[in-house]
Amino acid sequence: MDTVLGLYNYWIAIFLMMTGFYVVIAHGNLVKKIVGLNIFQVSVFILYISMGKVQGGSAPILAAGVSSYSNPLPHVLILTAIVVGVATTALGLALVVRINDAYGTVEEDDIHSQDEPE
Amino acid sequence: MQIGQHLPVLQVVIPLLSAPLCLLLRNGRHAWMFSLTVSWLVLACAIWLLLQVLAHDTVSYALGSWPAPWGIEYHLDHISAFVLLIVSGISAVVLPFAGKSVAREIPADRVSLFYTLYLLCLTGLLGIVITGDAFNLFVFLEISALSSYALISQGRDRRALTASYHYLILGTIGATFILIGVGLLYMMTGTLNMQDLAARLPAVADTRTVRTAFAFLIVGISLKLALFPLHLWLPNAYTYAPSVVTAFLAATATKVGVYVLLRFVFTIFGAAFAFQDMSLGPILLVLALLAIFSASTVAIFQDNLKRMLAYSSVAQIGYMVLGISFASLTGLTAGILHLFNHALMKGALFLALGAVFYQLGTVQLTQLRGLGRRMPWTMAAIVIAGLSLIGVPFTVGFISKWYLVLASLESGWWPVAVLVLLGSLLAMVYIGRLVETAYFHAPPKDDPGVREAPLSLLLPIWTLVLANLYFGIDTSLTVGVARQAAALLLGVSP
Amino acid sequence: MLLSFLAITAIAVVRLRDLFAVVMLFGIFSLLSAAIFVTLDAVDVAFTEAAVGAGISTVLMLGTLALTARTESPPRHGTLIPLLVVCITGSALVYGTLDMPRFGDPQAPIHQHVAPRYLHDSPAEIGLPNVVTSVLASYRGYDTLGEVTVIFTAGVGVLMLLGASRRRSARRNDDNKDKGGSAVNQDLVFRVVAKVLIPFVLLFALYVQFHGDFGPGGGFQAGVIFAAAFILYALIFGFDAARAVASPGVLRILSALGVLLFAGVGLAGIFAGGNFLDYGVLASHPVAGQHLGILLIELGVGATVAAVMIMIFYLFTGRMR
Repeated sequence: MDTVLGLYNYWIAIFLMMTGFYVVIAHGNLVKKIVGLNIFQVSVFILYISMGKVQGGSAPILAAGVSSYSNPLPHVLILTAIVVGVATTALGLALVVRINDAYGTVEEDDIHSQDEPE
Repeated sequence: MQIGQHLPVLQVVIPLLSAPLCLLLRNGRHAWMFSLTVSWLVLACAIWLLLQVLAHDTVSYALGSWPAPWGIEYHLDHISAFVLLIVSGISAVVLPFAGKSVAREIPADRVSLFYTLYLLCLTGLLGIVITGDAFNLFVFLEISALSSYALISQGRDRRALTASYHYLILGTIGATFILIGVGLLYMMTGTLNMQDLAARLPAVADTRTVRTAFAFLIVGISLKLALFPLHLWLPNAYTYAPSVVTAFLAATATKVGVYVLLRFVFTIFGAAFAFQDMSLGPILLVLALLAIFSASTVAIFQDNLKRMLAYSSVAQIGYMVLGISFASLTGLTAGILHLFNHALMKGALFLALGAVFYQLGTVQLTQLRGLGRRMPWTMAAIVIAGLSLIGVPFTVGFISKWYLVLASLESGWWPVAVLVLLGSLLAMVYIGRLVETAYFHAPPKDDPGVREAPLSLLLPIWTLVLANLYFGIDTSLTVGVARQAAALLLGVSP
Repeated sequence: MLLSFLAITAIAVVRLRDLFAVVMLFGIFSLLSAAIFVTLDAVDVAFTEAAVGAGISTVLMLGTLALTARTESPPRHGTLIPLLVVCITGSALVYGTLDMPRFGDPQAPIHQHVAPRYLHDSPAEIGLPNVVTSVLASYRGYDTLGEVTVIFTAGVGVLMLLGASRRRSARRNDDNKDKGGSAVNQDLVFRVVAKVLIPFVLLFALYVQFHGDFGPGGGFQAGVIFAAAFILYALIFGFDAARAVASPGVLRILSALGVLLFAGVGLAGIFAGGNFLDYGVLASHPVAGQHLGILLIELGVGATVAAVMIMIFYLFTGRMR
């Protein structure tokens, strides 16, 4: 029981990760794939940040009277990762817009069939 | 302030600073000349760093003057210096070629953006190789990845867009897997510095978390280096990207991927953990062989030459991983050696195809009939580089295959040696098709009178071709460095 | 409990085919994650996730939907293989968690090694209350330089993909001169409220930029809020008006300058006798040098982030006209 409670946070994060991952690989709509990718990434961030939490600690902003802080390093890493994520999203969506211009659709199957007779 | 002391950081900061400067240069021609100068500076740095590493074994640099593991550290050893040389060398040769090629393939108002992205890609690749911090590696991996996606999408065929999108999706999944792996390692050790991780991991190596981290890292890295069966993004990306982009990426990006694999498997986890506890050897061996045979076979049936060579690249990555799977001194030397040699081979081949595209506007095999007579220098380059790919003596390809066979025999896996030779046979078939069409067929009836490619395109191609021959005859530098790198990674004496 | 809401949102995203709803749900997902980050003591991260995930990403997705299709076609392939892959990956991860330090355990390795120095020694070495800023901007400042470069790369990439040639956009401008942007600009109330609100948003952005040393905030968040102010302006007063204030050319230069400033500070460290990005040597007293260095690089970050975000917004909306 102790194991489950101690790991519950991580398991939910993993469930969210897999949901996002599933959307990326199973769905054919290019925009939805990017949404799925984002969900996957944000869930990884939740996993990382959960790692850094200290029971009874507070945010890592030094203040008088506070003795225990949560770990600032995962926060720093995830701040960077969030930015990388939005950069990827922006680029991916720009590609989707151009693909739509070129093919008239953003469904993977339709694009594939348009490219087939080659 | 001595430059020599700050070389490690300058290696990356020079291209990093030049990218925004390039953006401010609106004129395409200025952007090209600027990038060319920067690239040659970068090569000079890489050569100097290699000399430093050969003299001192390792070179370290603390960014922000904070000591590791609290700050980020740059850490160079033989393998890093070797790969730095490959990346900067290829870039220095590809950029002179790019002048005319890019001017023809990219719209004029985008050329300076193109070179900005190119410089960013170069920055990313160099940053990955030189860093000693696992998270910093992720950041620069993403820099190189994002710029690659953008560069690939600039091909004229609309399929360049979909190829780039698929690469983006798969690449981001790979990067996220790597992030998960690094996160799990961090969770168990509390550090991100590679040397520190190597020191702390043995204590926690026997936990499920570390094993999972290993699995995620291997899968993520394999996606990036296009190891079978995670190579699906590569053929389309290489086929539809602009010629210069294909040549540059084919000769550098996957090599850097192999470097990351080596760094994580040997330096961070250690050969003992990876090959004994996690049985990585047999897995890599099987995947490598599958890569070699399936990709080479598919290559034979391709009519689009870029696509054919792209599949050939997947096969060649198989050779590199094969060498690594032996985890022996000779095997690792073979794998590392092939990093260098393949860069020379594929660099030359893709640049030559770029020249063909420049003159002909197509790379369909059927359109290349009789090209041997019309573009003699270009086709001769393709023939020699092709022979190198097959593994004919006096070429670098032969050296790689030689060491691979040697490694297989040493490990007692002689069937593998036979398979390596069979792989060469397959290469002979697809190169043979190309040679036959170019030399033994008459040109098409409506041939518009194609001439040889301009000198600025031929010189880079022939530089690489001659390098193919030179390093196939005088192997002291390449084998020497590869052997020392392998020894360092394995923790044995060379 | 928040986590359960998140799970429900995620499942809804999978099942729904109306993409507009999917994107809205993603925005909610992002906001909920931000709330979770707050409960996990990650206030800076929460701030950034809310601004970036629920803000920028959602806006860009909506922009893309406006340019493409609104609904997703029914799936034509079997879902067995993806499900299998996802199950294997998920199980591997769960397997991996079994040996992990328990959630919140103060004895976990990551709290024993490396992190303690940041918490104990940063007051003496850097002198800022917000330890996240200390680590982000100084101890691991190089990663932040990489991060700014990533944003810059994305900006250039989107510019290359969506930037119309100057001739084309000039012709478009002539066609649309009388339309002048969105229909919202007809409404007086919006214009008045916006005129009052936008300066406050800009002020808030500046506050966040400079207060990041003491509370949650810093260059990234400030840059995003600054961009939001401009986007608001563009939505209400029309894109031409926004372009007059911040033209694409200026943005291009600004985004480059941000990166150059950051790297320039790094080089200044070398010239002053330290290593790259060593701020301690920039002033007479190391701590003063740290403050100066962090101030400058955060400005660089804010500039590039704001410029790139606005530029990407222009590029997406430019296609809609």
